[in-house]
Amino acid sequence: MSEAKPMTDEELHELADKQAALGEVRGTPAPDPVNVPMIRHWLAAMGDENPVYLDKGVAPPAMAQVWTMQGLRPTAKDRSPVDDIMAALNAGGYTGVVATNCEQTYHRYARLGERLTPATRFTGLAGPKKTALGVGFFATWNVTWYAEDDEPVAEMLFRVLKFRPPAAKAPAKAPAEALKEPYPLRPAINQDTAFFWEGVQKGELRIQSCADCGLLRHPPGPLCPHCRSAGRSYTVASGEGTLYSYVVHHHPPVPGREPPFVVGVVELPEGVRIVGNVVDCPLDEVRIGMPLRVTYRPMDDELVLPMWTPGES
Amino acid sequence: MTEIGAVLPELSIDLTPTVVVSTALATMDFTPVHHDTQLARAQGSKDIFLNILTTMGLVERYVTDWAGPESVIKRINVKLGVPAYAGDRLSFNGTVVSHEDGQVTVEVRGKVSLGDHATGTVTLMLPEENARC
Repeated sequence: MSEAKPMTDEELHELADKQAALGEVRGTPAPDPVNVPMIRHWLAAMGDENPVYLDKGVAPPAMAQVWTMQGLRPTAKDRSPVDDIMAALNAGGYTGVVATNCEQTYHRYARLGERLTPATRFTGLAGPKKTALGVGFFATWNVTWYAEDDEPVAEMLFRVLKFRPPAAKAPAKAPAEALKEPYPLRPAINQDTAFFWEGVQKGELRIQSCADCGLLRHPPGPLCPHCRSAGRSYTVASGEGTLYSYVVHHHPPVPGREPPFVVGVVELPEGVRIVGNVVDCPLDEVRIGMPLRVTYRPMDDELVLPMWTPGES
Repeated sequence: MTEIGAVLPELSIDLTPTVVVSTALATMDFTPVHHDTQLARAQGSKDIFLNILTTMGLVERYVTDWAGPESVIKRINVKLGVPAYAGDRLSFNGTVVSHEDGQVTVEVRGKVSLGDHATGTVTLMLPEENARC
């Protein structure tokens, strides 16, 4: 089942209605209960000297979201009703994203020792609308954080504008550069791979993981080769790697590319290998085993590809 | 101090890279545009910039610095504007816009050199109102 074809506006709204109809979808509880070290760290970083939190054993209310942030934990990411909408908008060329509204309501302050659980509800898609950034859709969702007894502690409305970066703006941004020709080779973005390309747009190198046994796999596919589970999630790679193998491509000509170029197999410390170009390195200095670091190269006004550049050893 | 039209003292924060990075980490947000200058620039940003959780936290701090530790924040509504880049300065201003039913609402504006980074309202209960509850 492939859905590389961008959705029409109507189909996007249908998908949005479907996701909204799912109602509130519970996520994974916070990895840590509300605790003093994280509060202290937050207060110091914010320069907030309000003594009430540590004195009374409560968390700053604006920390609500912090307790359930994924951070760098290589755990399964919750699938939220927002993910499919974002993937569909990206596939439709609405690759730009900018948050426009964040509204938080605090029913009470969270207390030390409480473990909060988030629940996400997709609430609306508006558009297409013309904005200063380009034509786009406003997507809105709500997150509620519950205490163990299902009491809502805080809730948040979050709205983002997903916009199509206007091609006409590119020359204005970089007057020295002519408008970039659309890069002729487009990645196949479908249900199996959308998460990867969404990650690239955000500067994240995502590796698919099995939602059941946790095994990482790349390239992405529908089934876990280890436990046969169809449950999928992903983790974000550190972006480091070493060159496992490579070829230098001279011939035949590749549309949109200037030979010679290096196609490498990069071994990630996370345990999978990934294919990509090695750039910023003279051909005769490319060596198996060399440390690499991921970099993101705009190929045209819309497409960004992850590539590999020599990294610090 | 809480009559309508009362003005909050200005708070200016120099957004050093340390502020941008330490707040990103304290809010558990490891998105590279908040700590990796090279990558932020490659994606078309001027530099690394503040994350939204920090904007919310700084708005909270701005209002409680003024209202004192006995105040209780009920709601923060923020409309997000231009990015707050490292190297810039974020200046908060605020005005009391309502005071009724035991609740005070403050209009807050956080400006950087490019314009408004965050505008919105914070609703809180002040000590005398708390005592009455």
